[in-house]
Amino acid sequence: MSHEHRDDVGDRLGMWIFLYTEILLFGGLFVLYSVYLHHYEEAFSTGSHHLNIVLGTLNTLILLTGSFCVASSLSAVRYGKQRLAEILLWCGVGSGVLFLFNKYLEWSAEIGGSPHLAQAEKGEAIFYSLYYVTLGLHGLHVLIGSTVLAVLAVWVHRGKINSERFVALENGGLYWHLVDIVWIFIFPLYYLLL
Amino acid sequence: MSETHAIPNDRGFLADGKYPGIFGWIFSTDHKRIGLLYLYSVMTMFSVGVILGLLVRLELIAPGETIVTAQTYNALFTLHGVIMIFLFIIPGLPAAFGNIFLPIHLGARDVAFPRLNLFSWWLYLTGALLAVTALFTGGGPPDTGWTFYVPFSVHTTTNVSLATVAVFILGFSSILTGLNFIVTTHRMRAPGITWGRLTLFVWTLYATAWVQVLATPILGITVALVFLERILNLGLFDPARGGDPIMYQHLFWIYSHPAVYIMILPGMGVISEVIPVFARKHIFGYWAMAISGLAIAFAGSLVWAHHMFVSGMSDTAIFVFSLLTFIVAIPSAVKVFNWVATLYKGSISLEAPLLYALSFILLFSIGGLTGLVLGAAATDVHVTDTDFVVGHFHYVMFGGTGMAFFAALHYWLPKVYGRLYNKRVAAWAWGFILVGFNILYFSMMVLGLRGMPRRYYDYVPEFTNLNVLATVGSWILAVGLITMFVNLIRGMRSGPPAGDNPWGGKTLEWAIPSPPPTENFLEIPVVTRGPYDYSDEIVDGENGP
Repeated sequence: MSHEHRDDVGDRLGMWIFLYTEILLFGGLFVLYSVYLHHYEEAFSTGSHHLNIVLGTLNTLILLTGSFCVASSLSAVRYGKQRLAEILLWCGVGSGVLFLFNKYLEWSAEIGGSPHLAQAEKGEAIFYSLYYVTLGLHGLHVLIGSTVLAVLAVWVHRGKINSERFVALENGGLYWHLVDIVWIFIFPLYYLLL
Repeated sequence: MSETHAIPNDRGFLADGKYPGIFGWIFSTDHKRIGLLYLYSVMTMFSVGVILGLLVRLELIAPGETIVTAQTYNALFTLHGVIMIFLFIIPGLPAAFGNIFLPIHLGARDVAFPRLNLFSWWLYLTGALLAVTALFTGGGPPDTGWTFYVPFSVHTTTNVSLATVAVFILGFSSILTGLNFIVTTHRMRAPGITWGRLTLFVWTLYATAWVQVLATPILGITVALVFLERILNLGLFDPARGGDPIMYQHLFWIYSHPAVYIMILPGMGVISEVIPVFARKHIFGYWAMAISGLAIAFAGSLVWAHHMFVSGMSDTAIFVFSLLTFIVAIPSAVKVFNWVATLYKGSISLEAPLLYALSFILLFSIGGLTGLVLGAAATDVHVTDTDFVVGHFHYVMFGGTGMAFFAALHYWLPKVYGRLYNKRVAAWAWGFILVGFNILYFSMMVLGLRGMPRRYYDYVPEFTNLNVLATVGSWILAVGLITMFVNLIRGMRSGPPAGDNPWGGKTLEWAIPSPPPTENFLEIPVVTRGPYDYSDEIVDGENGP
């Protein structure tokens, strides 16, 4: 390219549009959730009581902490504190990895221990199907998000992201917050249903 | 500005690859090269789709088993649908001609995210290859129809899983293209190009891009669920396990109805470009045209359940969706009337692009009016799942988008390659296509009204005559298509030079060389007039030639 093209506003606009598409992707699952909740209110409640609320709460805290780190790293970069920003980003990556590890513990207990899906009644089977699909898709996003944060940390280390040029970090951070926000909806809908 | 661009060579971007040979194309981030990659890919898939369609028609030439078995016939119409919709019509105009001409119409050197643009094409190619792979692997080619309706799509042993993965990837490609176009339209306009000076092609691409971005994710999650149902046996759409198959239909059509506007809107944009140029007149009702495109995109997103009038939905839902469907007819009709009004008292030169544009207006109007028969619940129940639907759909999609695509080929290829095709042959090809088209699909609509169901490979003997007629029509159509493509390919390889502005157009692409140089503009233009301003060569309507 002979003409260098830089447009931070355009990059942000692109990211926000992309986030809309992500919301709609999960939106399809939330639509199914609301319709089936309407059909099988009691079964959903029963299913919800079988979930591990302790690990769920722990994961909520982990994700929120991770989001705080990522948001702080952006401020750190703006103030020129590259080293601090890098550490904060690695904390964000750590939160993602920890989240997935907890998820692994939770799911191996659920799938191995009490095979809900196979034996469940009509409504409960739907609840667990939605649970596994929605949380699986979310888990995939955590994995992608952690990878993105790791790449950003390396870029901060190399000075590719600095106080003059940080739109990539902003966009990566936005993606991580989306992952967080989707979880904020998932947690009460699946774990806290009475 | 580097030296190579200061003196553009004769063949412009066609000779100016960053890497040697084919790598200069498949790894190029130049929007025009990516546009041509899309053009070659969609034309290839279109040819495959046409052959499958011809085979479907050939099977139907006589009752009973004619050339293929029932199972093969199911696979044929499924693949015809999947290929034509996901691999030809949806990416056709926006990804091929949109890619080439959106930045040029905006006075920009490229799209906002050139590498993302290349990535979209690679996704498209991956999806296309997977779709083709699905034919030859697993338990045989998919036989569900392009709609993948549950519960059949979950239980069939054919290779639906791979086909849904292909559709998911193609959807991702479509989203990224839409995203790119929205940001490009907002951020890359040259000085002086206000929203009121955008070309109507850009307006329709912009409206289309929003539909691509907002509707496609729903399709993504829906086909992903079909895939997971097959792999993990979830039961989300399985009544035996508490699921609701109607939910699948809702989710599918929430995307797939807006998707028909992804297909038709850019076509309307092309027609809005072609008609003012060949009538030498400003487009009639610029703002009405721009806003009706957005209105179609918006209203079209609210009508999906009119595909489900006989699914057992509540009567209230049927009433609401029927009413909303009729509302879409208003902006569509605004466009048709404005095109005709643009032609009125124009100085018309009847070149090939205008011929295709005129046939678009005729065929799209027939398709639109028969759409009202289907949009009204009372009449719809009589023709649901008959050949009438197939005929209507092809009038809108082939007669609409297909003709617009051919108009775009004849209008813009001389700009892209700098050469002209044989105009006389082009007119003959158009004649064959128009006649064959009407014989084929009008017969199908009549058949449908008489009760011939769609997607059946067999029928009662009373339907034989019209089926034979339709099949003969498909041959005439094929002759026209072959003539058209041979003429275009010959013209683009060795036709006479086209010059910079063979049609006398006023939009920006006609102000730069043919073929355009890499990065389009030596200097970013400053625009001081609208795109359809013919005031300097106005002809007197009363005494026109």
